[in-house]
Amino acid sequence: MSTVAANAPGVAGSGLQDVAASEASLRRFLHGLPGVDQVGLEARAAALGTRSIKTTAKAYAIDLAISMIDLTTLEGADTVGKVRALCAKGRTPDPTDPTTPRVAAICVYPDMVATAKDALKGTDIQVASVATAFPAGRAALPVKLADTADAVAAGADEIDMVIDRGAFLSGRYFDVYNEIVAVKEACKRPDGSYAHLKVIFETGELQTYDNVRRVSWLAMLAGADFIKTSTGKVAVNATPPVTLLMLEAVRDFRAATGVQIGVKPAGGIKTTKDAMKYLVMVNETLGDDWLSPHWFRFGASSLLNDLLMQRQKLATGRYSGPDYVTVD
Amino acid sequence: MAKKKNIEEPAAKPAGGLFTYAPAPESPAAAGDIASSYGHFIGGEFVDSSGSEALKTVNPATEQVLAEFAQGTDEDVDRAVAAARKAFADWSTLPGSERAKYLFRIARIIQERGRELAVLESIDNGKPIRETRDFDIPTVAAWFFYYAGWADKLDYAGFGANPRPLGVAGQVIPWNFPLMMLAWKIAPALATGNTVVLKPAETTPLTALRFAEICRQAGLPKGVVNIVTGDGRTGAALTAHPDVNKVAFTGSTPVGRAIAKQLAGSRKKLSLELGGKAANIVFDDAPIDQAVEGIVNGIFFNQGHVCCAGSRLLVQESVQDELLDALKRRMSTLRVGDPLDKNTDIGAINSAAQLARITELTDAGEAEGADRWSPECELPGTGFWFKPTIFTGVSQAHRIAQEEIFGPVLSVLTFRTPDEAVQKANNTPFGLSAGIWTEKGSRILWTANRLKAGVVWANTFNKFDPTSPFGGYKESGYGREGGRHGLEAYLDV
Repeated sequence: MSTVAANAPGVAGSGLQDVAASEASLRRFLHGLPGVDQVGLEARAAALGTRSIKTTAKAYAIDLAISMIDLTTLEGADTVGKVRALCAKGRTPDPTDPTTPRVAAICVYPDMVATAKDALKGTDIQVASVATAFPAGRAALPVKLADTADAVAAGADEIDMVIDRGAFLSGRYFDVYNEIVAVKEACKRPDGSYAHLKVIFETGELQTYDNVRRVSWLAMLAGADFIKTSTGKVAVNATPPVTLLMLEAVRDFRAATGVQIGVKPAGGIKTTKDAMKYLVMVNETLGDDWLSPHWFRFGASSLLNDLLMQRQKLATGRYSGPDYVTVD
Repeated sequence: MAKKKNIEEPAAKPAGGLFTYAPAPESPAAAGDIASSYGHFIGGEFVDSSGSEALKTVNPATEQVLAEFAQGTDEDVDRAVAAARKAFADWSTLPGSERAKYLFRIARIIQERGRELAVLESIDNGKPIRETRDFDIPTVAAWFFYYAGWADKLDYAGFGANPRPLGVAGQVIPWNFPLMMLAWKIAPALATGNTVVLKPAETTPLTALRFAEICRQAGLPKGVVNIVTGDGRTGAALTAHPDVNKVAFTGSTPVGRAIAKQLAGSRKKLSLELGGKAANIVFDDAPIDQAVEGIVNGIFFNQGHVCCAGSRLLVQESVQDELLDALKRRMSTLRVGDPLDKNTDIGAINSAAQLARITELTDAGEAEGADRWSPECELPGTGFWFKPTIFTGVSQAHRIAQEEIFGPVLSVLTFRTPDEAVQKANNTPFGLSAGIWTEKGSRILWTANRLKAGVVWANTFNKFDPTSPFGGYKESGYGREGGRHGLEAYLDV
């Protein structure tokens, strides 16, 4: 297994290339990151949540949010029919209004990748597949790599992997790092290109903000293209403070290395109001450079219909109802 | 820095352009009816002044006159003190539980009329609606709720059984938190059984006059609260009045000193809440992102019109560059402009006079060789405005390191060791507040024990709570407001 993220672009020359040379150096680096004050972080996230987004700003933000959605179905009950319906929804979120943007991606389990690819043929909507024994990540590394390779072979454009939280919480940072490096290698296609790698931290299980900052840097050093909060399968999923902290991490990482990393909060973001708060955080922490689906995504399922209802309200001046958006 | 794309671009481009916030103005009409002219509130009635002189209060964001109000004369003050004296007999002997009912009622009305008061305060003062809505008015209500709770428990406040009120309190308050300062003064005075004559600042009388309406709405007995408006002459007449038993003043150190002289040798009890030049100390192990938020909140909150503002940033030299870069980046996102827009972070400077004072001191800072920096931001054409500003390369000898600017201006100094930080922090005639930023608990305690400041915040700044005493050392005044300690200023103990 390689111990250095050879494919982590830009890290070379930033002074950070030796950080992951050994277990000890990685630990020293992660523990040397500035601390996070819980009260202050939560207060800042709450303050940004009071921004008032109206009229033209709201219209812009709703369309931006729709275009950033990774429309997700990750259920044991998923069927070909369900996935095809979701793909149709992603292609045409509001059949009554062709100006409605498409979503960024459809996010499914690996065995549904081929179905989704087929259903999205002719569009630029990405297919994202969870992998690495999602959501618990409790499997041997060869199994996780095979899971990843299988999804990539089926045509996945993006891989949403989960980290080994047990390893992280017991301080085996190097194991977590090496696993991300290995999964990244498994994202490699025969033509030499890579499926984009989103690394899910399950921040609800890591608990502390210090852990979130450390794991963000760990994943970025290991070659993550996106860092993602949650699987959506545990009690606490994306929260504004955790997402704000990850936004600060990608900001600082780009300042240190020149490499821009995306952020994806997932789970629990259900309303237009929620989405506005996240976009305000991106806007005031990172600015224009991250205000696109290349760099920011929402992992969500029910959010889309609320955005569509608000969009209809803005266009017509009247509130519609849940029967005026499609349920797929 | 050039951004490096490390993922493929989907072909469909999202709607491009900046995420600019559309105007989100609060309606000025929500402030309710503002009369064209106001008299005083004496003995439960709105009355005309005995004199004919009137002052004007303007909206500092537009320079438009909001209303005229009376310049209180000696005779007006005399009538108000007499009304308060008359009301004192019944009010002071009312059971504490009965006084509490009035205070609870006032607190609830303030909450119910919160939007109206928030808009009125913003219009009269220039501070952003976000602050009056989320901070000023909720704090006002909290103060009345808190002291309402004390009214029937004074036996257990630590001053012995049945502590007695002082009598008539003459209270003079500043313009930076008009209604909040009123609450800090009136709530403990009433809870302890005193009656009051309060003079609001001459640039911000409107919420005090609206509060007089609330007293009537709450059915407060006549004369318990009296409001007399006017400038410093009215204030001087009030503090000098022979039938006033207690003087409470919040404002500038020179005026506080004059009041102390005036009262020397009299039996009046005095509490003073004066200026400050607080040090906000950032150690090298501080949580940087949150420290930056604390610095911003410390100096740009309420346009820096805060006596306990963190106006001197003391940063450890080893993290100076990193911290200042982060601070400047954050300052670039501050939204300066229309106070009634819900997304405004920094509103208008309260008056032309205050703007001139800030301008004079910042010019002196430049002349003395400090480096000045402000983010790019457009200021409105009318009204009184000042860009958020920081000065680096400031030394202890500079005026901007010594004098209170009372505006959105931060002086940045550096230190090398904790000892030096404490030494520089204490090297000021003031001693109102200070801040400490470090992840190390032991260093917080070590530093706090050595700081000569009445309030020391650790990993936060500008937090106020009715349960917590507030007040200063040295030229920042004496006496405490808030908490159990705040009762003492209004009790004969």
